Amino acid sequence: MSFISYLINGISLGSVYAIIALGYTMVYGIAKMLNFAHGDVIMVGAFIVFTIVSTLSLPPVLGIATAIIVCTVFGITIERVAYKPLRNAASPLAVLITAIGVSYLLQNLALLIFGANTKSFTSVVAVKPLKFADGNMVISGETIVTIVVGIIVMILLTLFINKTKAGQAMLAVSEDKGAASLMGINVNKTIALTFAIGSALAAVAGVLLCSAYPSLTPYTGAMPGIKAFVAAVFGGIGSVPGAMIGGILLGIIEILGKAYISSQMADAIVFAVLIIVLLVKPTGILGKKIQEKV
Amino acid sequence: MNKTSGIYPHKLNKITKNNFITYLMVLVLYIAVQLLLVTGNVSSLMEGLLVPLCIYVMLAISLNLTVGILGELSLGHAGFMCVGAFAGAFFSKCMNGAMPDGVRFITALLIGAVSAGIFGILIGIPVLRLKGDYLAIVTLAFGEIIKNLVNVMYIGRDKNGFHFSMKDFFSLNMDAEGEVIVNGAQGITGTPHDASFTMGVILIFLSLIIILNLIHSRDGRAIMSIRDNRIAAESIGINITKYKLMAFSLSAAIAGVAGVLYAHNLSTLTALPKNFGYNMSIMILVFVVLGGIGNIRGSIISAIVLTLLPELLRGLSDYRMLIYAIVLIVMMLFNWSPKAIEWKERMKEKYFPKKLSKGKEVK
Amino acid sequence: MKRFMSIAMASAMAMTLFAGCGSTASEGTDAAAGTDTTATADTAAEGTDATAEGTAAAGESAAGGVFKIGGIGPTTGGAAVYGMAVQNAAQLAVDEINAAGGIGGYQIEFKFEDDENDPEKSVNAYNTLKDWDMQILMGTVTSGCCVAVVEKTSADNMFQLTPSGSSIEAIKYDNAFRVCFSDPNQGMASAKYIGDNAVATKVAVIYDSSDIYSSGIYQKFVTESASQPFEIVSAEAFTADSKTDFSVQLQKAKDSGADLVFLPIYYTEASLILSQAATMNYSPIFFGCDGLDGILDVENFDTSLAEGVMLLTPFAADAQDELTQNFVTTFKEKFGDTPNQFAADAYDAIYAIKAAAEKAGLTPDMDASAICDAMKTAMTQITLDGLTGVGMTWDASGEPNKAPKAVKIENGVYVAM
Repeated sequence: MSFISYLINGISLGSVYAIIALGYTMVYGIAKMLNFAHGDVIMVGAFIVFTIVSTLSLPPVLGIATAIIVCTVFGITIERVAYKPLRNAASPLAVLITAIGVSYLLQNLALLIFGANTKSFTSVVAVKPLKFADGNMVISGETIVTIVVGIIVMILLTLFINKTKAGQAMLAVSEDKGAASLMGINVNKTIALTFAIGSALAAVAGVLLCSAYPSLTPYTGAMPGIKAFVAAVFGGIGSVPGAMIGGILLGIIEILGKAYISSQMADAIVFAVLIIVLLVKPTGILGKKIQEKV
Repeated sequence: MNKTSGIYPHKLNKITKNNFITYLMVLVLYIAVQLLLVTGNVSSLMEGLLVPLCIYVMLAISLNLTVGILGELSLGHAGFMCVGAFAGAFFSKCMNGAMPDGVRFITALLIGAVSAGIFGILIGIPVLRLKGDYLAIVTLAFGEIIKNLVNVMYIGRDKNGFHFSMKDFFSLNMDAEGEVIVNGAQGITGTPHDASFTMGVILIFLSLIIILNLIHSRDGRAIMSIRDNRIAAESIGINITKYKLMAFSLSAAIAGVAGVLYAHNLSTLTALPKNFGYNMSIMILVFVVLGGIGNIRGSIISAIVLTLLPELLRGLSDYRMLIYAIVLIVMMLFNWSPKAIEWKERMKEKYFPKKLSKGKEVK
Repeated sequence: MKRFMSIAMASAMAMTLFAGCGSTASEGTDAAAGTDTTATADTAAEGTDATAEGTAAAGESAAGGVFKIGGIGPTTGGAAVYGMAVQNAAQLAVDEINAAGGIGGYQIEFKFEDDENDPEKSVNAYNTLKDWDMQILMGTVTSGCCVAVVEKTSADNMFQLTPSGSSIEAIKYDNAFRVCFSDPNQGMASAKYIGDNAVATKVAVIYDSSDIYSSGIYQKFVTESASQPFEIVSAEAFTADSKTDFSVQLQKAKDSGADLVFLPIYYTEASLILSQAATMNYSPIFFGCDGLDGILDVENFDTSLAEGVMLLTPFAADAQDELTQNFVTTFKEKFGDTPNQFAADAYDAIYAIKAAAEKAGLTPDMDASAICDAMKTAMTQITLDGLTGVGMTWDASGEPNKAPKAVKIENGVYVAM
């Protein structure tokens, strides 16, 4: 009985991780960079929706649309200014560090603009919760919407990558930038497009994260961002369905670990499971095997 | 081309010279600061920052051993620092008054180094089989596990000996007079203040001697060969696991020593996300990358600059951390972007043409 | 333009630091001169009696007619909300006092430094303030940082009054006092209140095991509950890294049949717990400590969720007395937020400093050490009617004597019980 409740709660938490992980894995898969600022773009998206819906009392649809547009512009700008100059740097770590710089920048910018006070986010989800067993088991509307949106995004992304020209260009760029540009693919544009899509997804994730867990501060995105990163690795980073599965599994493990082992050691349990999975299957659940060239 | 550059003795000479510059730099800095201290020209802020600077320098050079020399990305370095800090502080807290202060502190440093080193081996054995970003995430995971476990650790002592619990304070079942040494999230308080600038600099010197000698030894070349081409290194009979573990655990041990220094500089030791979480691990990585991967001297300089920067920006009040982030991004672009490097070369050529023509005989 | 100024200031500071700001530095800026004198005094007499004389000279040359009060707390990072509340409220109190003639006729200069809730940064902030010739410290905001800084203030013999550092060790030296209750005190008071008033028989606890404040209250609460007529049926923790989902903790409380959930945590997490409990159809009595104060003022929070929540807090922003009303109105006008517990503590801290300083007859030309000696005695002699208590007194241990008020949230406002 309570096990099923825990499972449902795990899926709720996991669906949020999953939707964030989709954006992470998208950028990683194509641009081959860990975008540590992804969690903070989520926070920016949530703040925009909050401002439009709660402060200005405008309809949520308008808020979400604005958030997606602004985050997309943000994503492209960040890529252009902070990441692109380092794309051919001597070490791939250089761009990882600027991503951290961008993360600090976004957090502190939000702190200056919105202040440190916690804001309570009004859920934009209008779906009614599903109740079982006399209301003792509840699947919230947010969870249903998050899972549905997650699956739609997953299918669209897979179709986009495999069926469209731009998607094929992305695959080519992720395989080999040099060869792709020789084939007439505009590498800069393709990577910019990747960041645009990744950031738009971040805006959606921000709205869903804060609808499910309605507390918003400039640091809201940081920890879910890291957890989603873990989820993306868990599922096999770069794999779109992997991110979805990894996210949901991570949520379930976290909740069950808290429920049956120790609530103090929840973080340790999640990370321990991650380590075990990676040791057994070093590229994650759905990750591609990397052939080592001699 | 410079004909002598390929000959072994000359090269050795160059290495010795290069190392010598690094040692000299630390020594000159130390003497300069000491002079200022003696003449009373150091502000309280600077005086308070001296030991933290030593700690971050040690962390940066130790991580550079993993990232620069071994070529593996680790995001859990703060975890080793945490192990060292708690092991050292626990020892000092237990032995305070039971042995002379100096002896106790040196023993604490050794204990910190050994325990962090052991953790390095324990974690390294399974983890070092992974590569790249997967290794990075697993080290991050270990760092977080260590921080989490330390936060739920309770150790007390009464006349029946030590009591240990991973649950809560009440599970210790101690006498009324019992003393709690490690109190979960409240950590260890009242660690004796043993850390000093001189001690910090001595420890930096020791770390430098160990690391620089390792790099230029037979073992060091074996480690670097793994970094440059693992398969080729394996094919000529280099024991990959042994050398990887050697570098990884040594790097962990030095981080452990830095942790002991950290614990003996503040009277309170708690495992916060801020000081032992992934944020700190990333910060140490920032020192290493900004200073130049594999460049020990660069690590020292960037650790000093990046630790001082937020303190120097205090005058900006609210804008402080914002400006810090911008400066960090700009410094990274300036140091790493191929275009900026090219521009720097051009400027060098323009203003110091002689120096360049010596090295390059293109013109 | 503002930014340009800030950068110019920063570089000026950088120069004072790097150049060692020795006697060669011009006396053009206050900061440079201040740094110089303190540093000389410090090194001239480390740990000896001569410190007093050294800093005395420094005080005279730099202070000249104003009291320099410093504050430390997090204004960036995850705990920024508490640091900013303290900074703003203290500034408000200082402005009021200055407008009304200052402390014994002398104006106050107030400076607040960020510590990011990191003990190491907190010591840096303290040293920065020392370079500025601070005479009295109002800080630090968080317990962990306070434990580190009190070590330094005690060594320097600097008077310290923390508004909200609540752990035992935060004021373990005789130079340190606090405005808030100590953690054990709150844990004990909560257990006693629940027991004495027979609020519940089965109690569940949800606490933050990675936080000093929360685990401190929890420990004492459990110890005290042994002698109370209720039973703790579930005690579940969360940590700083996983504080979005509380479904497990709530489910366990619900399954164990608890009719009261004790929340010794801050309102940010509590607001999430309340909304998740509502989703689960779980409605026990929620009972909290002073950290819960502020929950009604979370921007856009549905206050109906907090209906029936009980808390022990010495301050309530909608109390009807004139002092609170004035404070809340001015604070809202100036900073746009409703002040919380931290703000009230800081406001009282500044007034306590004023009262004690006037009692001791301090003058700004005294050095920090002499001020500290005088303040230590004066603090135990004053009685303060503040926001967080009427007739507050302090004893030499540094603990305040005041009664916690138990309030209940009804129709979105606090009602005294």
